[in-house]
Amino acid sequence: MLTMLTRTSRGVRPVLALVFGFFISFVLVCSLNAQTTFERTSVRSSSPSAVKEGVRVPVQVDKINELVRKSWTDFNLSPSAPESDSKWVRRLYVDLLGRIPSPTEQREFENDEAEDKRASLVRRLLHDDRYTLDYARNWTTIWTNLLIGRTGGTGNNSLVSREGMQKYLRDSFARNKPYHAMVQDLITASGSTKPGTENFNGATNYLADKVNEENATLATSSVSKLFLGLQIQCTQCHNHPFNDWKQDKYWEFNAFFRQTKALRRFVQGTNDITNAELIDQDFAGESNNPEKADLFYELRNGLVKVAYPVFVDGTKIDPSGYVQDVNRRQELAKLILGSKFFDQAAINRMWGHFFGYGFTKPIDDLGSHNLPSNAELLSYLADEFRKTEYDQKQLIEWLVLSEAYQLSSKVNPGNQRDDPTLGEVPQFSHYYIRPFAAEDLYESLLLLTRGTGEEDNYSTTEEQKSAWLQQFSTEFGTDEGDESIDFSGTIAQVLMMFNGDMVRAATRADGGGVLQQIILDPKADVRVKIERMFEAALARQPSRKEATAFQQLVQTSGSPVEGLEDIWWALLNSNEFIFNH
Amino acid sequence: MFFTTPSGMSRRHFMSHMAGASAMVGASLAMNHSLAAAAATLRANNKRCILMWMGGGPSTIDIWDLKPGAATGGPFKPIRTTGDIEICEHMPLTAQVMDRLSIIRNMSTREADHDRGRYYMHTGYVPNPNVQHPSYGSVIAHELAEYRKELEIPPFVSIGGGSEGPGFLGMSWAPFNVDSNGRIRDLEMSVNEARLQRRLASLQMLETSFISENRGVAAAEHAKVLDKTLQLMTSQQMSAFNVAQEPTAVAERYGQTNFGRSCLLARRLVEANVPFVEVNLGGWDNHDNIFPTLQDQRLPELDKGMSALVQDLTERGLWQDTVVLWMGEFGRTPRINGNTGRDHWARCWSVVAGGGGIKGGIAVGKTNEDGTQVDGPSYSSEDLMASVCQAMGISLSTTFQSSNGRPMKIANGGKIIKELFS
Repeated sequence: MLTMLTRTSRGVRPVLALVFGFFISFVLVCSLNAQTTFERTSVRSSSPSAVKEGVRVPVQVDKINELVRKSWTDFNLSPSAPESDSKWVRRLYVDLLGRIPSPTEQREFENDEAEDKRASLVRRLLHDDRYTLDYARNWTTIWTNLLIGRTGGTGNNSLVSREGMQKYLRDSFARNKPYHAMVQDLITASGSTKPGTENFNGATNYLADKVNEENATLATSSVSKLFLGLQIQCTQCHNHPFNDWKQDKYWEFNAFFRQTKALRRFVQGTNDITNAELIDQDFAGESNNPEKADLFYELRNGLVKVAYPVFVDGTKIDPSGYVQDVNRRQELAKLILGSKFFDQAAINRMWGHFFGYGFTKPIDDLGSHNLPSNAELLSYLADEFRKTEYDQKQLIEWLVLSEAYQLSSKVNPGNQRDDPTLGEVPQFSHYYIRPFAAEDLYESLLLLTRGTGEEDNYSTTEEQKSAWLQQFSTEFGTDEGDESIDFSGTIAQVLMMFNGDMVRAATRADGGGVLQQIILDPKADVRVKIERMFEAALARQPSRKEATAFQQLVQTSGSPVEGLEDIWWALLNSNEFIFNH
Repeated sequence: MFFTTPSGMSRRHFMSHMAGASAMVGASLAMNHSLAAAAATLRANNKRCILMWMGGGPSTIDIWDLKPGAATGGPFKPIRTTGDIEICEHMPLTAQVMDRLSIIRNMSTREADHDRGRYYMHTGYVPNPNVQHPSYGSVIAHELAEYRKELEIPPFVSIGGGSEGPGFLGMSWAPFNVDSNGRIRDLEMSVNEARLQRRLASLQMLETSFISENRGVAAAEHAKVLDKTLQLMTSQQMSAFNVAQEPTAVAERYGQTNFGRSCLLARRLVEANVPFVEVNLGGWDNHDNIFPTLQDQRLPELDKGMSALVQDLTERGLWQDTVVLWMGEFGRTPRINGNTGRDHWARCWSVVAGGGGIKGGIAVGKTNEDGTQVDGPSYSSEDLMASVCQAMGISLSTTFQSSNGRPMKIANGGKIIKELFS
């Protein structure tokens, strides 16, 4: 093996290369010594360009561009070059649909000659029926994780129906339900958690596990954090050390949830829980006076204070605990929807999704103690979002058509320091690379594994995906339900990508997936096959050196099919594949 | 410099696996020799650390610093121990090994939120939006790496929980998470050596070219983690994770619980020279019904696992080299709330430390009569971390370069808890 390989290394002296620290002599090393360049990466696409001059874009895009450019000027940054079409389309699919484009979708876009191809692709992904399912799936995944976490509804004692939560979200995103209407549903929902039961209302699953224990403290911290970007959980027990939050604010906010309970429903005659029902019932208050239903909390010095429902801006509501007098969750929803934090929290999260970082760090911590990096842009977008009546697709279109989103992730000497991983405040002068979310990687591998004609069964796929994710999830053992996912960049992830079932299936030439289609194509020779594999996995052509080296590799393999399988394995395991860039 | 350089004997095993690798052995051995010579100049350091992390914030006033008779005291009674201290009656087995453990009763911190407390106690730093600080395990693994050239398995293992991350040290110092059975998924690659070679060489080429495109440090971090993964995939040292190999009698001693198995696995790992192991026991967030929960569930499981670990480490001659640390994110309120629970309390609480040369059997500092504040001087997470570093033979003048170029002192410049070393 060794001698054979060194002999084929074309005049290069036998080299002992270090491959991941191991001594392996291999033909490829001759290429490794040279700087690899990628001038040819976008040969297929028309000249790399941002949204072109003369292409009509919404006026909001111009304003975003103006405000982002202003910060580049202020910080003396020169933006990266625009990303090539072929790489940009991959980025867009991952951010918008939660998966890479299929080879057909990739080619379709690259072959599009129209000047406004980027804008029309964005509109197609957002509004064409062909993409409704993908779009709804991605945003359902994102919001399921926000609302109930990756483990929500999987534990034995959980009242949450994960399926019910996802059904609600999927329907909402498929119909592009306005954001404020969704939030209204989630905060005020009552009914049954489980699909197929009487009175089913999937939105109830958000609060089903958050209201019964500990006087609804979970509901308090989650609602304020998600929908207002306010971190009040610290003030449960004491005044916040760094911001204006005081302990009374916490309990006054908490008071809005005290009419709400999740009731267990049983299979008749047994102790088996079928589902839960989220209801609002009269709250007598802790001193048993429903006309003025109060609650008590304790200061750190042991003093006990009383609280009634008061919103964070000081607005008081009728303290009656009778639901027919006042439904506290309904009142809370009204107040939240009217708050300026509501719009800003939504924008900050959405911006963070598409650009990798929001205007504050963390993304859900707004307030005078943590000023946004581009306050003007944040408040401009918040206003515009409200004007569209919270049309999320409209907002997405503005963001992904903006100049900053077109930029390459390759830095230049003039913007190298715009690096949030170094603790710098992000100025969006280049796209920030980031590893795929676990779900995005799963969906992308699935796309490459699945044959073209194969039906996608939504619920089966979701179940399998959820089971697959469980292996990476850990909980922290607190009753706030904190969890983390041990995934991006970990050994566990690498092991899964090296040897896991999904990648095994994806790298089998007879597995029925994209690899098989490429290998079986009688018209394609090895060179073309390798090119197709690069396109499918990395959305680019191989460099000249890569093309040569990989062709040689196929020739020296036990069989060409094995060689191609091995290259495919390497492509899927590469940083270039598992990063969105 | 993206891939680790050959670092001693550790690669030999993998190479002996490789088809046709024999021709290369000579060269690699030559390399090993020079490295071995360099290694000899380093002072040996066999120190290890096991952190028992009690997720949720354990009620230390009911376990380590009882207040019998005080209104806040709760129903538990103190018992004598083999050390110069009393602890909770529901920790009878641990009471027998307290001559080797000390209680720091004057911890006083400010973070009473789970996330913030977990971060602060793991890193010595309060959360900061612009810097991610490395946790105990990452710091210690990083500092002791040069003394563990022969180690092929991850130097920072977290059992049954997620710990905290490597922060600016990078993902190659992240915790390797396993469950209490030590099971690791997807270890076997089902292709022959020739194909493995081709795959790795192809991958190397792709990794390198992407890194060279200058798109951010994360790309290079990925390559480092690939390296670490390959190392462990082929290592015989991985048998340390096989906790099922232990005789039943030993497993019984630790308790047939997740925590018991985790402690036993931790002992196997430190025996294999892993410098840092974190063992997780959750369920301490007892806002209600705290006393039955402690008495019937948490404490028996803790007592059995913790005492067996200390005893076993001692019997195996590992005690002098192994620092054992017990803590959670904070303690719990002296006041018992309306649900017969205790809430979050960071102002005064206890942690436990021993082994690795740390003095045992004493109480450091004290709290007042009803346990509402520290009486006298207090210690912080930084001080505790500095003390652990001291015991581990890690210099406190060590300074990291954080990713934004700012120097960061190890343990955030904490002061050594001198009572533990007198």
